[in-house]
Amino acid sequence: MTEQEILDALTRILRDLLADDSIVLTMETRRDDVDGWDSFTYVNFIAVAEMELGVRFSVTDVESFENVGAIVSQAQALRR
Amino acid sequence: MMSWLPAPSDFRADLRAALEAPDSVERLRKLSALSRSRLGYLETLQLGRALSRISGEEAPGFSQARLALLASSTVDHLVPALRVAGLRHKLLLDVHVGQYGQYRQELLDESSPLHQFSPQFVLLSLTAREAIAGAPLAAGPAEADAIVGPTIEELRVLWRRARQALNATVIQQTFLNVADPLFGSYDRLVSGSPAQLIARLNDHLSEAAAADSVLLLDIARASERDGLNAWFDLARWLQGKLEIAPQAAPMYGELAARIIAAQRGLSKKCLVLDLDNTMWGGVIGDDGLEGIVLGEGSARGEAHLALQRYAKRLGERGVILAVCSKNDLATAEAVFHEHPEMVLKRSDIAAFVANWNDKAANLQHIAAQLNIGIDSLVFVDDNPAERARIRQSLPMVAVPELPDDPAHYTRCLAEAGYFEAVAFTADDLKRGEQYASNASRQAALASSESIDDFLMSLQMSVVAGPIGAVDLVRSAQLINKTNQFNPTTRRHALEEVERFAASAQCLTLQFRLTDRFGDNGLVSVMILRPDAEASDVLEIDTWVMSCRVFGRQLELEAMNTAVEAARKRGIRTLRADYIPTPKNGVVRELYPSLGFTAVPDAPAAEGASRWILHLGDYEPVKTHISRRTN
Repeated sequence: MTEQEILDALTRILRDLLADDSIVLTMETRRDDVDGWDSFTYVNFIAVAEMELGVRFSVTDVESFENVGAIVSQAQALRR
Repeated sequence: MMSWLPAPSDFRADLRAALEAPDSVERLRKLSALSRSRLGYLETLQLGRALSRISGEEAPGFSQARLALLASSTVDHLVPALRVAGLRHKLLLDVHVGQYGQYRQELLDESSPLHQFSPQFVLLSLTAREAIAGAPLAAGPAEADAIVGPTIEELRVLWRRARQALNATVIQQTFLNVADPLFGSYDRLVSGSPAQLIARLNDHLSEAAAADSVLLLDIARASERDGLNAWFDLARWLQGKLEIAPQAAPMYGELAARIIAAQRGLSKKCLVLDLDNTMWGGVIGDDGLEGIVLGEGSARGEAHLALQRYAKRLGERGVILAVCSKNDLATAEAVFHEHPEMVLKRSDIAAFVANWNDKAANLQHIAAQLNIGIDSLVFVDDNPAERARIRQSLPMVAVPELPDDPAHYTRCLAEAGYFEAVAFTADDLKRGEQYASNASRQAALASSESIDDFLMSLQMSVVAGPIGAVDLVRSAQLINKTNQFNPTTRRHALEEVERFAASAQCLTLQFRLTDRFGDNGLVSVMILRPDAEASDVLEIDTWVMSCRVFGRQLELEAMNTAVEAARKRGIRTLRADYIPTPKNGVVRELYPSLGFTAVPDAPAAEGASRWILHLGDYEPVKTHISRRTN
């Protein structure tokens, strides 16, 4: 998967979780930038992203992702 | 997990169509259809969200229930899964989640949000960590008992509290055994090892639950089957204190919804089996008795045999068995009579339909013949086209998505959990026999000159009495399972029935009917409660009768008995409500037919009617049932 494909997949997941198709994620988006992306939604987001992308993030990753770009690049690294 | 459900065709499109449906009934119908497909975690969350926009008033035909989920871990992610699974089982669940880890306080404090919510079901979802923390490894069996004992005793206090203060049915989750091996296989030989302590906790839990009639949600068993990693994800535990892994949430909801549905009488009652390539390999009409594959010596033959054995066991525990096959009747029946490897016998099958008609029509015929609702049928057929046809034309019939390989038929049916039970009684054990003797009764009816002759020829006798300790489980089961002969459709948990039976103000009656073909067991229950204002009035809160004994005059004899017992207490009037449901049309005219008169302008729910009987005017009705005292 390319970076863009992973970004698209993450965007769709967050849209589905929050039932909001107007959400647009970029590599720079941070959790605070999206309404409703609270810690519970973040747990769900990571869980679903792992299922759909076929990766497991480490607890260190999950605690330290600064923005969507960090998630995308880690997902891509794990898929290699 | 959930392999018995067919995959959704296009989840997003179907969900959108449901949300855009013109009215709430149609929306709910579409959401229900989606809930009967195999959904992942994200899809379950989405469907749960869509469902949260539907209120109870908009859901005719659904049973509504308030469920409180009390937990010592994060359980918010289970709520959509519970509601979606509820929908699959015709339940509209309102779920209250207790404060994290505050279940003791919430149960004890009568002003807590939990008490205001007034749940009908309390589900306790607890982790084993607290219970075994700090236990010494060197603990011997006695010390291990002393370690788990207080946890169990505390739970029993909480169960009692939930029942007495909330009047709720308690469901206790078994403990997931999340302990890592410490000694390896040797763990099992060390009573103080964490894994062994949790195992002991579960042993004591089941004993206590059985003693207290508490229901168990057995996720420990489910995790043994699916693997602990499927149920428990350490990363999610560390990240958010989720003990149930998100990927297991849909199955968790399903297991819990089954129990609630069973308590509400919504479990399936009858297993309808296809024959060719389901009960045996091959086609009897083409391959003949020698050509079909069934029995020991062939893997495929044993696979079909395994399904027969499983069906036979289901029959033994009270599930009605039926056959629905595209075959000539004589050809199909011959296999049951003549094939030496057949485990199922013709006498095990209560309704046997083999013809060339449409199977949807045949299933309706089977339900009518057995006098049960079409929605209590499970239809097992290897043919995907037949399955799709039934799902489309009879969506209320459960149709497991059998895998291609017959090796897995039995597991698929078993995991679908259609026949979830909340009790197991002597009556269940005899049900097969009773349906078989019903066939003899039908034959007697066919050869009788008149209904009167027929009823007389049955030589019926009834034993009536108050609900005693030995009758409690069966009485509660009948109250909670009966949909047809049930004028009020009020459900009462075991402990409520016990309370009615113990109350001096209430009058409870149970009826056992015997005839020359056999003992029908406890087939009718009545609960009459005092009127708040008039001391000489009793109200029929609940009256249920098994569909097996319809048309046998038992309702007349039961009313004779009730009037007699009421008169002895100085009661002058009986009052009764009829609250119509889609299923209880059979008792619409019950009260007028028994001599009750309508109370005009009675305050009642929509469509309901109120009836009274002045005991001074009542003449006992003559029936063909004699009374026995045991």
